[in-house]
Amino acid sequence: MSEHTDCHDYCAMISEFIDGELSSELCTKLEEHLAGCTNCTVVLNTMKKTIDIYHESNEPAELPEGVKKRLYSSLSLADYIRK
Amino acid sequence: MDKSKVTPPDISVDKLVKGDRDEIARFVETYSARVYRLGMKILNNEQDAEDILQETFLKAIRGLPTFEGRSSLSTWLYRIATNEALMLLRKRHPETISIDAPTEDDDEDNEALEIVDWSHQPESELLEKETRQKIDSAASQLPLGLREVFMLREMEGLSVKETAEVLDVSESVVKTRLLRARMKLRRELTRYFVEKQKKEVADE
Ligand SMILES: [Zn+2]
Repeated sequence: MSEHTDCHDYCAMISEFIDGELSSELCTKLEEHLAGCTNCTVVLNTMKKTIDIYHESNEPAELPEGVKKRLYSSLSLADYIRK
Repeated sequence: MDKSKVTPPDISVDKLVKGDRDEIARFVETYSARVYRLGMKILNNEQDAEDILQETFLKAIRGLPTFEGRSSLSTWLYRIATNEALMLLRKRHPETISIDAPTEDDDEDNEALEIVDWSHQPESELLEKETRQKIDSAASQLPLGLREVFMLREMEGLSVKETAEVLDVSESVVKTRLLRARMKLRRELTRYFVEKQKKEVADE
């Protein structure tokens, strides 16, 4: 994608960019592009927020009582439940 | 990524392999809620999630002697769980299971929606219950292949490498699916905020 890098290509880098997994070379290219492209900047901003919102809304892992009971029984570990 | 979320409080693989019941109970205690939640997110069904929870631990405990420690215990366990989930889905809906989504719909982008920047809204707006429900339901409707990657990465906090190990795919496949999953959810939220704004304007 050397000469014909367009917004579509840059958008495809944004996810890795957010994770800090993009090579420094591509990072520089993307940052240069972002400086002059509102469209891609919006994609970056809103994707970051999307991930933030997902993390914030992530509920804690919980095992309902009944599910736990049946699991421990099926593993012959029922005696470990009451503690 | 927050490693503490996935690293066990030093569970001894040696003891597990020897069949130490206390250690096995600790193993189950440590991971069962996570495996159940993962099952719920992949299968979207309580009974199915419970079934694969039991199946996963039965297989894991039986298979412990063959655990080679090449991956972490959690990665290995997630791998069993996602395989079980996939098998169950295949059994239930043999006709509908395709790991990968058709790619075309990724490109059917509405350009007008694409450039709406809703990211500067106040946190209180962004984190409203309705918004959280919206993203949660959008995530649950991702195509299976994207959903698995998304949940392992964003919910369980696995690295790209670990996610690739769990799903037995390359790291670049994980990255591609993650990008597509995030793009889809971003688009859903954009649609949601645009609709919401329209409604607010209409109400004024
Ligand atoms: Zn651009």
